[in-house]
Amino acid sequence: MVDSALEAPGAGSSLRRARLWLSATFWRHRWVRLAVLLLPPVLAFLVVYVGALGSLFVSAFWAVDAFTGKIIHVWNLDNFRDLFGSGGTYLRIAGRTIGIAAAVTALDAIIAFPLAYYMARVAKPRMRTLLLVAILLPLWSSYLVRIYAWRTILGHDGALNWLLNKVGIGDVDLLYTNWGMLIVFTYIWLPFMVIPVYAALERIPDNFLEASADLGAKAWRTFRSVLLPLALPGIVAGSIFTFSLTLGDFITPLLVGGGKNNFIGNVVEDYIGVNSNIPFAAAFATIPVLVMALYLIIARRLGAFEAL
Amino acid sequence: METRGARIGLRIWTIGALLFLWIPLLIIMVYAFDRSSIQTWPITQWTLHWFSAAWEDPGVRSSLWLSVKCGLLATGVALVLGSMAAFAISRFRFFGRESISFLLLLPIALPGIITGMALNSFYVFAGVPFSLLSIVIGHATFCVVVVYNNVLARLRRTSPSIVEASMDLGADGWQTFRYVLWPTVATALVAGGLLAFALSFDEVIVTTFTAGAQTTLPIFILDHIQRGQDLPIVNAVVFAVILLTVIPVLISVRLTRDTGVIRRR
Amino acid sequence: MKRKWRRVAGLGAGIALVGATAFLAAGCGGGGGNAETRTTVSGLPQSIGKGEGALNLIEWPYYSDPAFAKPFEQQTGCKIKRKDAGSSNQMVALMRTGGGGGGGEYDMVSASGDASLRLIAGGDVRPVNVDLIPSWKDFLPILQSPPHNTVGGVHYGVSLQWGPNVLLYDPNKITPAPKTWSPIYDAKYKGQISIPNNPIQIADAALYLSSTKPDLGIKDPYELTQKQFDATIDLLKQQKPLVKLYWVYDTDARSAFANGDVSLAAAWPVDTLNLQKKDVPVGETTPAKVTGWADTWMIAKRAPHPNCAYLWMKYVSTPKVQAQQALIFGETPANPKACPIMNQMEAGSCSRYHLDEPDAYYNSIKFWKTPVADCGNGEKNCIDYNEWQKAWTQITG
Repeated sequence: MVDSALEAPGAGSSLRRARLWLSATFWRHRWVRLAVLLLPPVLAFLVVYVGALGSLFVSAFWAVDAFTGKIIHVWNLDNFRDLFGSGGTYLRIAGRTIGIAAAVTALDAIIAFPLAYYMARVAKPRMRTLLLVAILLPLWSSYLVRIYAWRTILGHDGALNWLLNKVGIGDVDLLYTNWGMLIVFTYIWLPFMVIPVYAALERIPDNFLEASADLGAKAWRTFRSVLLPLALPGIVAGSIFTFSLTLGDFITPLLVGGGKNNFIGNVVEDYIGVNSNIPFAAAFATIPVLVMALYLIIARRLGAFEAL
Repeated sequence: METRGARIGLRIWTIGALLFLWIPLLIIMVYAFDRSSIQTWPITQWTLHWFSAAWEDPGVRSSLWLSVKCGLLATGVALVLGSMAAFAISRFRFFGRESISFLLLLPIALPGIITGMALNSFYVFAGVPFSLLSIVIGHATFCVVVVYNNVLARLRRTSPSIVEASMDLGADGWQTFRYVLWPTVATALVAGGLLAFALSFDEVIVTTFTAGAQTTLPIFILDHIQRGQDLPIVNAVVFAVILLTVIPVLISVRLTRDTGVIRRR
Repeated sequence: MKRKWRRVAGLGAGIALVGATAFLAAGCGGGGGNAETRTTVSGLPQSIGKGEGALNLIEWPYYSDPAFAKPFEQQTGCKIKRKDAGSSNQMVALMRTGGGGGGGEYDMVSASGDASLRLIAGGDVRPVNVDLIPSWKDFLPILQSPPHNTVGGVHYGVSLQWGPNVLLYDPNKITPAPKTWSPIYDAKYKGQISIPNNPIQIADAALYLSSTKPDLGIKDPYELTQKQFDATIDLLKQQKPLVKLYWVYDTDARSAFANGDVSLAAAWPVDTLNLQKKDVPVGETTPAKVTGWADTWMIAKRAPHPNCAYLWMKYVSTPKVQAQQALIFGETPANPKACPIMNQMEAGSCSRYHLDEPDAYYNSIKFWKTPVADCGNGEKNCIDYNEWQKAWTQITG
C-alpha cells in the first residue's frame, strides 16, 4: 500500500520520501513504534518514581538511631511490631483514616449523583456549561484556604451556629471533631466525584431509558436496573479520587482536626521530622498503600478504569 | 422523560449542592476585606488594605510566578509523556500492558505524602539539588496520569482504522498525525492539560517535600496561615486567582463539552 | 492458558524489576542518610570575614522582619532569603534535607530548645565562637551557655529571645482568675481547653506533678525516670477528653479563643497581645512553675555563607534590634540592655515581658531542652525524646 504511494506521481520531494520510508518502517515493525512511544514515559517512571518508592519501603525494615536520626541498615521487623502494638494507637489512627475515607466517598457519591444527573440529562446546554464552570472553578482556588474558611463556618461563634441560632436550633459543636472533618473532606473532594459521574451519565444514550420505559419499568426500576449499572464505573472512578485523597491527606486534620483526630498522614509527617524516623513512617505508610492496592483491584473489576 | 416532581427535586438538590460548594469560597472572598487578621464571624471592620499589601508583597509575586512556571513545565512534560503512554496502551497488546497501566495510576492513587517522601529520599540519594527541576518532577508524576486518562478515554472512542484509512489514502506518518490524529485528541489534550495545570498549581503536600527553600503559591499560603498576622493577604490573593481563572475554565469547558457521543436532544 | 501465564510472567518480571531497583538504590546508601558527623571540632573562626552577599534563614515568622533586617542588608550587603517554619519538627526536617547540615542551602536556623540538641547530635550545626559576638557578654547569665545550646563547654549557637509558656483564660467564663495550671487538668472545664501539640508538653505536665505529687520526686521535668514518666503520661491521658484543641501554630490557639471554641489555653504572651488588639476578652497568668522556650541562632554545618551568618548573629544581639524584635514578635530579649529601649518604644513593656527580674526568677524557669537517656543522675535511665514522641502520639492519636 505504502510502496505504491512512493511511486505515485507528485511524491518526488526527498523529504516526503524520507517521511514515507519512516512511516513504512514504523508500520511494518510495530514494536519499533511501541518502543518509541512507551520507552520514555515508562523509563522515567521506573527510574524515578518506582525506584524511589522501592527504596522507601525497603527502609521500613530498617531502624533509626534514637538521637542522631541516622538510619541503621539492620534488617528487622521492629517497626511493624510497634505498628501493631503500642496500645493499638496506630491501628486506631489507621481505622479512623480508612473509616472517614469510606464515609467521605459514600457521602460524595450521594451528593454528586443527582447533581451530575441534572447536569448531564436535564439541564440545557448553556446551563450545563455554567454548572460545569461552577463545579470546576473551586478546584482552582487554593485548597488550603478553602479548608481554612470552614473554621469560620464551624467555629463555636461561627457562621453555622449563627444561622442555627437564628432558626431556633441551638449550637452544634463541630469544629475539631471527626464530624467536622467529614464535612470538610466531603466538601473539598466533591468536584472530583461529580466530573466522572457526569461523564458516565452523559454517555448513556437516551433510547436506553426510553426502551426501559417501553418495557414497562417504572422510574425506580429504570434507575436501579439501567441507570445505576451504567453509571457505576463513573461512580467508582470518582471514588478512587475521593478515597485515596482522603486516605493520604494530613492538611485537613491539621487545620480542622484539632490535633486529636490524627490521620495516617499526620503521623507519617511527624515521624519524618522527629529523628528522621523514616523507617517507621515508611512502615506506617504501607497501610494506605495496601488499602489502595486492594481498592484499585476492586475498582478495576467494576470497570472504573474505563470510566476515568 | 423525568417526571415534573423529579425535575423540581433535582433542581433543588443542584442548587443546594452549588451553595455547599460556593459558600466557603464566598466567605474567602468576603474575608479578604476583613480588617482583623484573626478570622471570626461576623466581620466588624472593613478595609481594602490587604489587596494593596498583597500587591506590594514580593513573596506573592515570586511564589505566583514559580507556581505558574512549575505548572506549565509539569503540564508540558505530562502532555508529551501522557499521550505517548496513552497511545501505546490503547493501540497495542503487549507483555506487561496491564502492569504499566496500573503503574501510571499510582501517583494519584497513592497518598501524596508517600510520593513526597519517596522523591525526597531519591533526590538525596541521587544528588539532585532542590530546584525548579525537583518540583517539576514531583508534579509531573501525577500530571502524567491525568493527561494519560483523558487521552486514553478519547482514543478508546475512536476507531483504530482511521490511521490505516489515512495511510491507504497516501498520507505519511506526519500527515496522518497532523490531519487525522491531532484533531481527534486535541480537545482531550486541552482538557487533560488544564486539569493537570490546576492540580499542579494547587499542590502542596508533594511540594513541601520536593521544594527545598523555594516557595510556590500553596507553600506561601501555608506559611501565611501559620503567621496569622498577614493571613488576609492570602484571602486577597485567592480572590484574585478565582477571578482570573474564570476565563480559562470557561474556555476549557466549552472546548470539551462535546465529547462526541450518541445522545442528546 | 498461555495468555494467563504471560500475565503472571509479566507481573513477576515487574516485581523483580522493582525489587532490583529498590535494592540497588537502598544498597547504595539511600534512605535519607545524613552527612557524617565530624568528631573533631575544626578550628573556630577568630574574626568575621567579609560578607558573602546572601543569607538563607530558617526562622520563626518575623524573626527577620524587614523593620530591622533591611538596615542589616544595607549595612552588610547580605541579602536575606527566609523560610518560615511552623514547628520545631519542621525546622529539624528542613535542616536534615539534602543530606543534612542544612543541605548546603540554609545558613542558619532559629532553633528552640526542643530542637537544638537534636540538631547538635545529628551533626547538622557547627560550633560558634561567642567571642565574635560582643553583646554575648551582656546576656542574661542563664542564657549565655544554657544546656540546650552548649554541650561540653562548646557553644553551638547564640541565644536570641525567649518566652514563658503562660495560661490564657476567658475572664467571663473562668472565675476566679486562675493562679496555677490546675484549671487545664480540671474536668469542670471539659471541652474548653487548648494546649500545644508538642511532645515537650510532657515536661509541663511533669512540672505540674512535681507540686501536686511531690513524692514522685520530679526535680527536672526533662529528666524523668520510667516511674515518673508513666505517672505523667497517665495525667495527660486523663486530660485528653478535656482538651478541645491541640494547637500546632499558636495562631490556631488565638483563633480558637477568638471564636469561642476554647476558654483556657496554654499559649504565649504574644497571643494575649493579639487577642487584646482584637478586643477579645482575655486574661493571662504566669503560674509560679512554668516552662519556657528559648531560641538560639545556630549556623548550619554546610552553611554556604558563614560570614553573613556571624554578622547577623552579631547584629540581632545588639540592644536596639533585640528590643525591636521583642516587640514585633511578642517575646523577651536575651540581652537586658534592651530594657530601656523597649520602654522607649512601648512604655512598661520591659516589665511586661519580664526582662527586669532578678536572676532567681530566670533560674526558676525550666527552659526547653531535648530529653536524653543520659541525664546526669549517673544512671542513664531517663526517658529519651524518641519515647516522648511515641508517648505523645499515643496520647493525642
